[in-house]
Amino acid sequence: MQDSRKEPKNRRKFIKAASAITAAAGIGFPFVSRAQNKPIRIGMPTILSGRVAQLGISSRNSVTTEVEKFNAAGGLGGRKIEIITRDSKGKPDEAANNTRQLINGDGCEIIIDAESSAGAFAVQEVIRELKVLCLHTNSETSSLSADPKIRVATAFRTARQGIHDAIVSATYAANVAKAKGLRTWMSCSPDYAYGRDNTSLFMQYLKRFQPDIEMVGEAWPKLFQADYTENITKILQAKPQALYSALWAGDLVSFVDQAGIYNLLGQTNMFAINMADYTTLTAVKNLPQGIHSSNRYIKTFPANAENAAWADDYKARYGDYPTNWSWENAVAMNFIVSAIRKTNSTDSAKLADAIRGMKLKTPFGADGTITMRPEDQTTVGYALGWGTTIPKEPYVPNVTPGDWKAIFEHESEWKKSLGYT
Amino acid sequence: MDLQAMLACFASASCLVTQTTGGLISGMLLFLVAAGLSLIFGTLKVINFMHGSLYMLGAYFAFTIYNVTGSYALAVLGAALGVGLFGLVFERLFMSRVYGTDVLMQLLVCYSFILILDDAVKIIWGAEFRSMGMPAAFQRPPIMVAGGVLPVFYLFLIGITVLVALVLGFLITRTRIGKIVRAAAVNPTMASALGINTTMVYAGVFALGSLLAGLAGALAVPVRSLVAGMGFSILIESFIVTVIGGMGSVAGALVGALLIGLVRSFGSIGFPLFTEGIMFLFMTLILITKPTGLFGKEL
Repeated sequence: MQDSRKEPKNRRKFIKAASAITAAAGIGFPFVSRAQNKPIRIGMPTILSGRVAQLGISSRNSVTTEVEKFNAAGGLGGRKIEIITRDSKGKPDEAANNTRQLINGDGCEIIIDAESSAGAFAVQEVIRELKVLCLHTNSETSSLSADPKIRVATAFRTARQGIHDAIVSATYAANVAKAKGLRTWMSCSPDYAYGRDNTSLFMQYLKRFQPDIEMVGEAWPKLFQADYTENITKILQAKPQALYSALWAGDLVSFVDQAGIYNLLGQTNMFAINMADYTTLTAVKNLPQGIHSSNRYIKTFPANAENAAWADDYKARYGDYPTNWSWENAVAMNFIVSAIRKTNSTDSAKLADAIRGMKLKTPFGADGTITMRPEDQTTVGYALGWGTTIPKEPYVPNVTPGDWKAIFEHESEWKKSLGYT
Repeated sequence: MDLQAMLACFASASCLVTQTTGGLISGMLLFLVAAGLSLIFGTLKVINFMHGSLYMLGAYFAFTIYNVTGSYALAVLGAALGVGLFGLVFERLFMSRVYGTDVLMQLLVCYSFILILDDAVKIIWGAEFRSMGMPAAFQRPPIMVAGGVLPVFYLFLIGITVLVALVLGFLITRTRIGKIVRAAAVNPTMASALGINTTMVYAGVFALGSLLAGLAGALAVPVRSLVAGMGFSILIESFIVTVIGGMGSVAGALVGALLIGLVRSFGSIGFPLFTEGIMFLFMTLILITKPTGLFGKEL
């Protein structure tokens, strides 16, 4: 006999179960539908605080603009891109942790690594393990992509590369040295991996292209040093005819300001590879005429309407002109979008196959294109050049472009000498 | 190590002049920050870990006032007073609550304000670096003495800091206010029993220390780029100075700062890769041989 007192309980159980199934169905079916439209999450470990916050801010700005264009065009079958940024504060361990968290915790399918070189190498190791598509956008240290032991199948670089800059810089400097008879040289660069690598490569090629130059001294201020007096007075004592510097951003601004009151730049020819970036050019209040600089980013080089329009649009939206990091990140986003459209997928291996060897039409290319070289997964063909400053816009009016044929030739020898090929 | 280059520098009048003035300039700005730090520690017995942030505030205040008024004199004066006032309010509202507590508690209060001020600077002035540029009055060629180079602006800086050092020394050693401050520093209970308002003394000293840090920031701003967190490196150097000179001693801060400035200046020629190391080595030697610092007293 059935206990009638149990009936209401069973009924309640039934109602509960039915409700649960209904709810599950109600939630479940839309869940499938949401999965199809779930956003494509791109994680962006970068530096958003401290003295190099501009690196992360200007990188994020240009990525955001490109993402909005993709989303406005309908995305990938309705799937929009969502960018998730995390601040490493410039610490490599945090950069690695953030990348891991972005992939495993936030479900990011692609990584745009907008860290500096120190962080990029840490991110690379996470990518090696998790095999997610990654584009390094700000690290210029050559070995990241040139050294086969460090290279990873799903990791690419859209940042300019140190060795390319060194060859173009030394070619330009050697020509100026020959024309002006600059024999005695000195360097003043920040005392960390980038400063030392950059300066060493520049000097190595300068001596090769102009063998009669003589190094009369070196100054190695700390990164983010506030007071350069000791370095400036040391340079004054050595009386070099030319000075090479890989100082950058606020450090370069302070150095130029402090050198100005010693009239140092009136006594030597300064070659500052990182001068021609708008944040630096506009921050120096009394920008001296005649500082030689590479084109980090200026809207007049390459001289095409698309480049100028891109810079003006950026300024109209964010209040400042873009930086070198901005164009490098915009190019990364362009590669990603092109690969997504080509493969109709967000699978890392498929996207990596699509990007490898891809030629992108872009205003930042020396001939209007930038190619992702397949053998070392780094960009080539971007616009490189040197010129001298004037105190007002366009700041570097005449840029002498670098020769990519010569770059490839010397780069190939350099790779062989280090056992990379 | 390039001892030959250093010896050659000592033998050259131009090198001696340039490097000595370079060392004095670095040392003098450091003195202004370290003197405030030392004064606060000597009287209040608290280590103001956010002293570098006050230097940063001074620089940003001066930058803003200069951009508004175009007057560097007003910028320096306004920034120093502004930071002094900020220090007074900070001491009354926050720091006074942690006097006599564990040093970790003081560190926590200061560190939280370092982060707050850094973020506030980013919100108000932006995260990117700024530069004020050299005021028109100082945009002139450097003076040449015995072949050495003396920038006009740096001579002005040395003059101002020497004046501040003299006034500060006079104030502390030769005036009634100085006696009260010293009494409050040595025995606050007795000073209080004698009718001295130690609360006011503490607030005043903290404000004065803050004013000095703000003044240093304002004086440095024409030649240093401004960015949130810029006070950190000068804070570390100020601690080295106070350890060398003796915590609580303004005279020690002056000697320590000048020593650091000169060591860095000549070290960059003789020991270019070990300049920072020399500073720390020097500090370690002092800690071993005279733990209270060159001018410090047993606590």
